[in-house]
Amino acid sequence: MTNLEKYDKLFLDAFRIPREELPGLKYRGIPAWDSVGHMDLMSAMEEAYGISISTPDLLSFSSYEAGKAVLEKYGVEL
Amino acid sequence: MSDLFGMKGREPGRLLAVSEDGGWLYYGDAQDAGRMLGGVMGGRSLVFLLCDNSPGALLGYLGCLQCGAVPLLLDANIAPELLAALADTYRPAFFLVPQALPAAARAVLPRTRPLLRLRGSILLAGGEKGPALHPELRLLLTTSGSTGSPKLVRLSAQNLEANAASICEYLELDETERPATVLPMSYSYGMSIVNSHVLAGAALLLTGRSLLEPEFWELVRTEGATSLAGVPYTYQMYRRLGLCEMQLPRLRYLTQAGGKLPEELHRQFARWAADTGRRFYVMYGQTEASPRMGWLPAERALDKCGSMGLAVPGGRFWLEDGAGRAVEAPGEVGELIYAGKNVAMGYARQPGDLAKADEWGGILRTGDMAKRDEEGFYSIVGRKKRFLKMFGNRVNLDEVERMLAARFPTAAFACTGRDDLLLVWLAPAAGEKPPSGEEVVGYLAGQTRLPARAIQVREIEAIPQNEAGKVRYAALGLR
Repeated sequence: MTNLEKYDKLFLDAFRIPREELPGLKYRGIPAWDSVGHMDLMSAMEEAYGISISTPDLLSFSSYEAGKAVLEKYGVEL
Repeated sequence: MSDLFGMKGREPGRLLAVSEDGGWLYYGDAQDAGRMLGGVMGGRSLVFLLCDNSPGALLGYLGCLQCGAVPLLLDANIAPELLAALADTYRPAFFLVPQALPAAARAVLPRTRPLLRLRGSILLAGGEKGPALHPELRLLLTTSGSTGSPKLVRLSAQNLEANAASICEYLELDETERPATVLPMSYSYGMSIVNSHVLAGAALLLTGRSLLEPEFWELVRTEGATSLAGVPYTYQMYRRLGLCEMQLPRLRYLTQAGGKLPEELHRQFARWAADTGRRFYVMYGQTEASPRMGWLPAERALDKCGSMGLAVPGGRFWLEDGAGRAVEAPGEVGELIYAGKNVAMGYARQPGDLAKADEWGGILRTGDMAKRDEEGFYSIVGRKKRFLKMFGNRVNLDEVERMLAARFPTAAFACTGRDDLLLVWLAPAAGEKPPSGEEVVGYLAGQTRLPARAIQVREIEAIPQNEAGKVRYAALGLR
């Protein structure tokens, strides 16, 4: 699995949505991506990529796209 | 009519709230909202108030209390089916809702032209006269927002005023406070923050943002929030976000309620408060008590870790055994009973109940099992009733079973769990094809707004029952 496939799968598993909904998906844009869902997603990202996401980055991880930029800061090539 | 929260004598030019978009609201705006709403609704009628921590919802809430209309507070994000079921049961005369409501929720509401606009909220006529209301009834709250149960708590002016005054006293609130609205105002804890600070003449930092958005912390920093609140899950987020390391010089105190905080978190925040000259209050309440009943004085937060403290000013706690005898010995467990003026008038299950007088006489059997130490501090040790407290919200297991049985008639269900996990036991009905576990989780997550991760389905051959046909929950256990 590539890093991008892994990234997508973390979203799909966390929020149980079809892949087509990923582009443009935003925090609080669907009921499942609420604060509880966000905390779970952050833990899943940290575990999957072996990183530790800082508070400012956790707060700026506000969409499917913004999350990619956050991961790139941690050296994850998507 | 009594003056809820000292609004009549308040200077109209005093600041009531700073909203996240930088807008300011004054106490005079709430006084005007009361006059406008009173003029259109003509006083006492039932209003469904959909709340989203916005200026319109705050003015709508305070305005309804001023003019004597009786609001039922609901979260603006309520599942549309549940809103429809509540509206069908209670037939409110009016709906006061955010203008920017999702289409699915808007579809449930009457398609009439707004009677009034109030800072982003609109008032709609329900096309009904509305049920008869007891003269003392002033506010309705749901007991279990997430399962859409029609069971409501009936609150009087005395209930709300007594509790707001108790909270002001023990938290030592004054007009210099600026709490950030972390919790939804439709939730009794969030509502009590509004009530007590309005009584103190303070200004709210009004935001619908979550703790996980930079805008929330921007508001906390630039407007100088003096306090933050949270349910146990909020404290897990505060820890993850590093609240204890943030530079928030104007932050004075933190409060916690909505379920028992794990001792490790209690200790961490109590120590931080002690080390930084702040206060940390662990509290205890239920919607049925408007809602606050217990508080742990901040100076005892460390040495009484795990305790929820003492009864609030004006209230009294005691313990009873199964036979109704007082449990006096320190360390002995009994059901926690509370007496005080903030104990609700009773429940409503159908519109006729809204005309009922006070049924509880100021005494609440909490359903929580507790013990008291030698100094009179109480600790919750368990629960008598079958419900979980998930993310601060009560989840009644029997109601979840009823919801599932109604939605999936081809299966039998039993629910158990702990506060971070709802376990659904699923067995096929004779000769029928049961739903998949996936379907069940999807349905429950959609209806209750609980995260899917917190719901697990276990498929079994049959739900264990005793000879009388009652489910043997002990045989299911947690696993």
